Parts: sequence; structure tokens; C-alpha cells
Amino acid sequence: MTKLDHLEVVIGLEIHVELLTTSKMFCGCSAAIFGAQPNTLVCPVCLGLPGSLPVPNEKAVEYTVKTGLALNSSIANFSQFHRKNYFYPDMAKNYQISQYDLPLCDGGYLGVDINGFTRQVGITRVHLEEDTGKLFHVGKGGRIAQAYYSLVDFNRSGVPLMEVVTEPDLGSPKEARIFLQNLKSILEHLGVSDCNMEQGSLRCDANISVRPRGNKELGVKTEVKNMNSFRSLERALTYEVERHKQILEEGGEVEQETRHFDETKGVTTSLRTKEYAHDYRYFPEPDLVPLKIDSVWIEELKRDLPELPDARKMRFEEVYKLGAQDAGILTSSKIMADFFEECAKSYPKPKIIANWILGELSYRLNQENLQIDESAVTTRHLVELLKLIDDGTVSGKMAKDIFEEVFETGKLPRIIVEEKGLSQITGEKELSTIIELALEENLSAVEDFKKGKQRALGFLIGQVMKLTKGRANPALVNKILQKKLEELK
Amino acid sequence: MELHNLTGYKLHNMLQTKKISAVELIKAVFTRVEKVERKVKAYLNLDRDLALSRAKKIDQNIKSEKKISFLTGLPIAVKDNICTKGIITTCASRMLENFNPVYNATVAQRIIDRGAVIAGKTNMDEFAMGSSTENSAFGPTFNPWNLETVPGGSSGGSAAAVAAGEAIFSLGSDTGGSIRQPASLCGVVGLKPTYGLISRYGLIAFASSLDQIGPITKDVRDCACLLNEIAGHDPKDSTSLRTNVPDYTKALVKEIGGLRIGIPKELMGEGVSRDVKDSVEKALELLRGLGAHVEETSLPHLDYALSAYYLIAPAEASSNLARYDGVRYGYRAEDVSDILEMYSKTRALGFGDEVKRRIMLGTYALSAGYYEAYYGQAQKVRTLVVRDFNEAFEKFDVLISPTSPTPAFKIGEKVADPLQMYLSDICTIPVNLAGIPAISIPCGAVNGLPVGLQIMGKVLGEETILRVAYAFEQNFKGVGKPPLRI
Repeated sequence: MTKLDHLEVVIGLEIHVELLTTSKMFCGCSAAIFGAQPNTLVCPVCLGLPGSLPVPNEKAVEYTVKTGLALNSSIANFSQFHRKNYFYPDMAKNYQISQYDLPLCDGGYLGVDINGFTRQVGITRVHLEEDTGKLFHVGKGGRIAQAYYSLVDFNRSGVPLMEVVTEPDLGSPKEARIFLQNLKSILEHLGVSDCNMEQGSLRCDANISVRPRGNKELGVKTEVKNMNSFRSLERALTYEVERHKQILEEGGEVEQETRHFDETKGVTTSLRTKEYAHDYRYFPEPDLVPLKIDSVWIEELKRDLPELPDARKMRFEEVYKLGAQDAGILTSSKIMADFFEECAKSYPKPKIIANWILGELSYRLNQENLQIDESAVTTRHLVELLKLIDDGTVSGKMAKDIFEEVFETGKLPRIIVEEKGLSQITGEKELSTIIELALEENLSAVEDFKKGKQRALGFLIGQVMKLTKGRANPALVNKILQKKLEELK
Repeated sequence: MELHNLTGYKLHNMLQTKKISAVELIKAVFTRVEKVERKVKAYLNLDRDLALSRAKKIDQNIKSEKKISFLTGLPIAVKDNICTKGIITTCASRMLENFNPVYNATVAQRIIDRGAVIAGKTNMDEFAMGSSTENSAFGPTFNPWNLETVPGGSSGGSAAAVAAGEAIFSLGSDTGGSIRQPASLCGVVGLKPTYGLISRYGLIAFASSLDQIGPITKDVRDCACLLNEIAGHDPKDSTSLRTNVPDYTKALVKEIGGLRIGIPKELMGEGVSRDVKDSVEKALELLRGLGAHVEETSLPHLDYALSAYYLIAPAEASSNLARYDGVRYGYRAEDVSDILEMYSKTRALGFGDEVKRRIMLGTYALSAGYYEAYYGQAQKVRTLVVRDFNEAFEKFDVLISPTSPTPAFKIGEKVADPLQMYLSDICTIPVNLAGIPAISIPCGAVNGLPVGLQIMGKVLGEETILRVAYAFEQNFKGVGKPPLRI
């Protein structure tokens, strides 16, 4: 056994979520910034112009409280915004309005299923802040170090940003990934964010350290940034775990620093070391009065919380008789669970629906890097296809080809069947003629069969399928062929 | 009497009865400006053409209206830290020398909507940090009473403009005494309203929890009239109070019989000059004569107010002024090799010494390891100051003190000694810490320089302090007009 087996991984996450409010956190500008021309969704407040003042967005407060309730946090009756002071050119005021020692939501936990066990991952806090602007570095590589000059877009400045901080309770990169997926599904079910990691509305940083198993003290941590998908989160952390282990195994010391994940190279590189650690000089934001959260309002929000993924998973198991794993995967994404339920309304075999969603559909979505609502396949497509199989119009194998075309073109399955004359040949007479043709063309195989070679039967079935371009009903072919061969014996 | 020497109230009546036109009035004011401005230097920016064309438009409107609003056609001077759309707003700083706001401060919008004619933007200490207007990047303003002395600060330009007849009245801002102290030194009336009574939206922030806009006027009636126009809730300012604004002119009665007046001994102690003390005591005699009960009292924590203020205000300023970095607007240093150098050079060259001194003070006070000892401690003192005032207002209707411990001092006298300069605000600072209203009115003169009386009230007690101020003013012979010669 190597030394490495004694090491334990400790991961905590900081997740930033852009909230799906109509307007920004402290002004009336639209928060729907994706795709907008740079610096068009701005005003004196989010540009930090002299004299401007913030007014908090009540909806953003509501969304944060809802999230806290879903994560079993205690909701503060008295909460405050603080200023986080640091200079950076994407910051309109060179301070960020954030929260410090009086966050909206304190503590909490989220139960996460990992390898069949439910683990409670502690939530440290959930707080509310404003997003910063965005820098574009013009020059080689798009990184600040090589830039000729940089441009700032303040559209994102002031978009409501909710931060969820976990305890260092996650034991592996995989656990971290599963936790984030669960959290994302909760946020989607709450309707507080679109959680689009690629567009940056869900961003995750990780603190990671490694220590000898049984040690109470945490090892030296590094912070990893720039992980823009679940996959890159797991990859980055796996790389970082190995890096820590290797350093420790060689008797070295991990340096406390912030590291950047390079998606293409699959490695993390140092961004800044602790010597450059900021003193943010937090102090209560004097332009805002403290938030007093009404307990009755909290109770109302609690009562009106929608069904959350955990409950939905249980319901999927009970109502649709799905296995825990399938139910878990389906409810790990709200749009996928919605898709499933929509199909189940008009097709009576939930297990079959689940198989197709988690099989063919997910496979192609992953290949094309699409979300389920971005693909051409709608619930109507899938249900129609499944019904075509059931009434014998197409075989299971043909259905897969049709599905591919549906995925590519968005045409309805029935149309594809008609256009290509793909419907199954189920007429016994028609099939008999074709089978006789196949037997005549493959006399040697017939002889082999007569000699008792069972394999020859499979070959002949294949020939029939070839002649019919796969449209023959396989069960029927088998039946007729066997009969004819017996007659020839 | 010349128009520029009349009060807004009288001029309003003349405009209402069409005895004068808005154009005549603004011309009269500008004639006065031409005569005295080169000596006083109250303004940073005067746009005659703009003001004149606005006055013309207002005259058109007056024709068709039976009853005009109070501000209609009245020339007003606005401190240069209040954003005015399309009119350069500099905060008397190189940093904003060419800054042209894209929006009006709520207060600016209100006075424009109500027909005021903005005569110009007035000089001030850079970013409102100072007590003499000598910290302006564009040169000092001179006290119309004696051109060798300072007009006070930071709203020195606004106070001097009113005293010299270069505006009918003006707007200032007050963070630690910046309306009241210059009003006192220039022999005019200045009110710092309750924190939150007037919107801060568009007031370029110095210390957000202390800043408040207020009127500077020739008399108490004008003060009440102008306050009527600018007070009230603003949804753009989260700290603005949701309160019904009364008609403050209703408070202008001469009757103060039985009113209880407290004199905090902490504000009459050492540092307050003999002459100022004498003037204040004479004023108290007058008030006694009007039937008020005057009694000495103690607010023990006021002794720590100045120290607390010089931690809290710079701390907030260090954050509020961080945005001036050369990236988006304002001054940007040239010949720099990277962003950090751009930041530091821009701020080193763009800010004056006093501003940099306070940014450093505030940054230090908020730093990790020092926060509790400085900023945290100062906030505790602030709480105690609030408590002292609350207790005092259970016993007294108003508190009275000198506004400034001395009359106007010589230009250059305190520039080299920031601590001496800071002591100019020793009587006014506790009011900002407590968020209460206070007014300064002339109560005497020493060697040809006015002395101001500060009347403090409880939160939203504007009516009471206006009443006391009005009663005093009506029974006081006055300090007259500054002896400015052309």
C-alpha cells in the first residue's frame, strides 16, 4: 500500500448564481444581459457614476430567501449589505456591494446521494451581492497578461448574484460534481436562475486540500477557478487532488494560492499567491438601510415552495415505478424531468420513456452539447415514435434510425416513415416471396443448415433483412424461415 | 433696494404680481456677479446664456399661470458636488475637472421642475473636505465681509454667493458642518436637515452616512421656503425617509414662550473664542427675554465626537472615492505602463492633499486588524452621541451652541495645520453623527465678522428649530450686509 491511500480529500465549494430577476440588483436596468450589445444595459447606478445610489431589488432578496429555505438554512430577520473594497477595472465603484457577517441565510445542508448513500453536505451561508462588469482583453490569448489593451462591458455590472458557500464536506471531485448538479436542479426547480454554466449564470470555485486520513486539521488549501461545466469541475479537481498528493508524497508543501483551470490543457496554473491576498476592508454599506425580514413573509415563502428535486425523485419512483437511479438522473435537471412528465401524460409506459430519454436522447444531447430544450426532439416526437414501435409500424432498431433523423431534422417520426417507406413489412405472403428469393440465392447456407449448423439461420435472417432494407418484422421472418427450412430438410 | 439684495420670498411676490420679470431678476443678479465675483470667487462655473434663456422661458410660463410656485424665476446657486445634467460638476477637484453629468441629482431636478434658475455652480473644498474652501483645486473663495478671510467650508462658495448678493439663495451640503459653518462665517442662514429628509441621489458622496443637502439663505423665511421645495422622500435614495413633509413656513411664528433650551457645556468650553461666547450669551439673553427657559446641560460623549467623526467620515470617503481611478470618466494620468500605475498616478495627481490625507486615514481605519480599534470604536461612540442627544431632547426642545468656535479666520492661517482646521467643526460635527437637524443664524459680529448661532433639534424637528430661529431673527437687530465695495 502506498502512502497515497492514507490521504483524504477535502473540498468546499463557492457557487455564484446570477438570479433570474427582471431588473438588476440595485437599479432598474434589465438583467437579461446575454447577447446584448456591450454597455447598452447600463445607467448611472450600475456604472457607478458620481452621486448615484443603490436601491435593493426585493425579488432578488426573495429568491435568495427561497434558496435558503430549500437548503435548510436559517433565514436572518436582520440582514445587512457590506462593501467589499478592491480595485479592479471591471468594478464600477471599486467596491462590490456584498454581504459579510449578516448574510440573508445562515447555515443549512443539502442531502446528496453518492454511491447509494445519502450524505449531508453542510451549507455555510447563502448571501446576495452584485455582479461585476466583464473585461475583454484584446491581444494574444485573451488573457490579461498578454493584452494590448482591455475593454470593459458594464452590462453585467449590478446583475443580482447569489453566493452559496458549502462547508468543506465534499470528499472527492465526483462528490463535488454531484453536489453541484443537485444544487443546480434545486435552483432550477425554484425558478431563481437559469443556471447556465457556459453563459456564466452558474459559476463555481472550489477550495481543495488533502490531509492524512483521521487528521482533524485541514491541509493547506488551494482555490481553483474557471470551471465552466460539471465535467471541467470534476476534471480540474481530479487534477488538483493528484497535484496535492504528489507534492505531499514527495515530502513537499502545498502553497496556498488561487489557481486557474485551463480547459484545453486540463491543468491548473497559479493565478496569485497568498502574498497578494486582498484586505477587502469590509464595512456596512452606508447607502443602504439594513434589511428587516418579516417572519410571516418567510413562512409564506416556505409554504409556497415548489416541489423540489428530492420530493420529485421519490414521486417518480412511486408514481412511475422508476428505479432510484433513473429517477435520480431525470430529476437532476428540471427540464429533463419536465420532459419526462410531459411524455408520460400521453404515453403509458414510463419506464420505456425513461430508457429513451436517458439512452438515445441523452447520448445525442451530450454529443452535441445541447440541453434537452435546445434539441429538435420534443415530447411529441418521442411519444409518436414510441407509439409507432408499439403498433408494430417500426421495429426497435428502425426506431433508432428514425430517432437519429428526428434529432437531426426535427421532422415528426410518422412523416419520416412515410417519406422513406420505412414501415415494417408484416404481410406473411410478401415476406414468404422475399424469403424464397433469399434461399435460392444462398443455397450453400441452406446446405449448412441442413447439416445442422444453427449459425446459418442467423445468416439467412440477415440476408432477408438486407433484401428488405431492414423493414421486415424480425420475429415474423424468423418464424417463416424456420418453417421453410424445416420443409426443405 | 437692489433686487440682488432682496429675499427669495419678496422676489417671489414681485414675480407673482408681475412687478418684475425673471429675466430682469437674473440680469440684476449677473450685474452684481460682474461687480463682485472677481473679488469673492464664489463660483466655479457660470453659464449666463443658459440662465438667461431659461429665465425667458419661465417668463413665458408666468404669463399663462395665475399662481406661480415659490421657486419660479428665482436665481439659485448650486454647490458643485450636486450633479446637474449638462453642466460640468467638478467637486472642485482636478479629478472631475471636465465631468459632465448625464443626469440631474434629485434635488437639482426638483428645483428645475419648480422653475428655479440655476445661476451657476459654486466653489467648495475638494470633495467637500475642508472648512475654509481653500482646498478647492481651482483656488479659494473669499469672505465678502473681509476679503482677507475665508468664507468657511466646505460650502464656502454657496455661502459667499448668498452673502455677496451673487445669488438669491443657494444649496450646500453638510457632512460635518459644511453648510452651517460657512453660513456662520458669511453671516447668512444655513440649515442641515435631518439625515434622510432630502434625497442624496446625485450628491457626489463624501461620507454617505453623514452627508445631507440643505439651503443657504438670507433669512429664516427663505430657509423654510427653500426647504419646502427640496424635502421629501425619493425612491432612488434608500436612506431617504418616508415622511410627510409639512409646510415649514407654518412654523415661522415669533412665539417661543415656555420653550426649553439646553446649552451643552461641551460646546461652550475651551476652543470657543471669548467673542463668540459673548455673542452667543447675548443671544441667549434675548431668547430668555422672549420667554424661553435656558439651562446649561451636558452631553458627555460630545467630547469624543470629533475623533469619531475623523474615523467614520474618512472611512466612508476612502470607499466612496475609490471610483475615481481614470478608467471610466474624469482625469486619467498619462504615460503609464500598466493599470496599477494608471490607478496610482491618476489618484496621486488628480486628488489634492486633504483628500489624499482622508483616503489614507479611512483606508487605515478599515484595515484588517485595525477595524475594531478604529472604525468599530468610532461607531460605538456614534451610538453614544445619539443616546446623549436623545436624552437631552427629553428635557429640551432645542439645544443651542455657537456654530463655529471662531469668526472667519485669515486665508492661509490654518492650511498648514489640519488639526486646527478640523477643530473649526467641533460644534457642528456631533449633529451629523446624530443625524439631527440644526440651523445656523447670524447672532452678532466681532471686528466686522459675523458670528453664527447653532440651534439643534431632534430628528425631524425642523419646525421647532425654524420657529426658534425665526423668533430670534425677528427680535435681533441683525448683522447687516457685507461691506463689499466695487
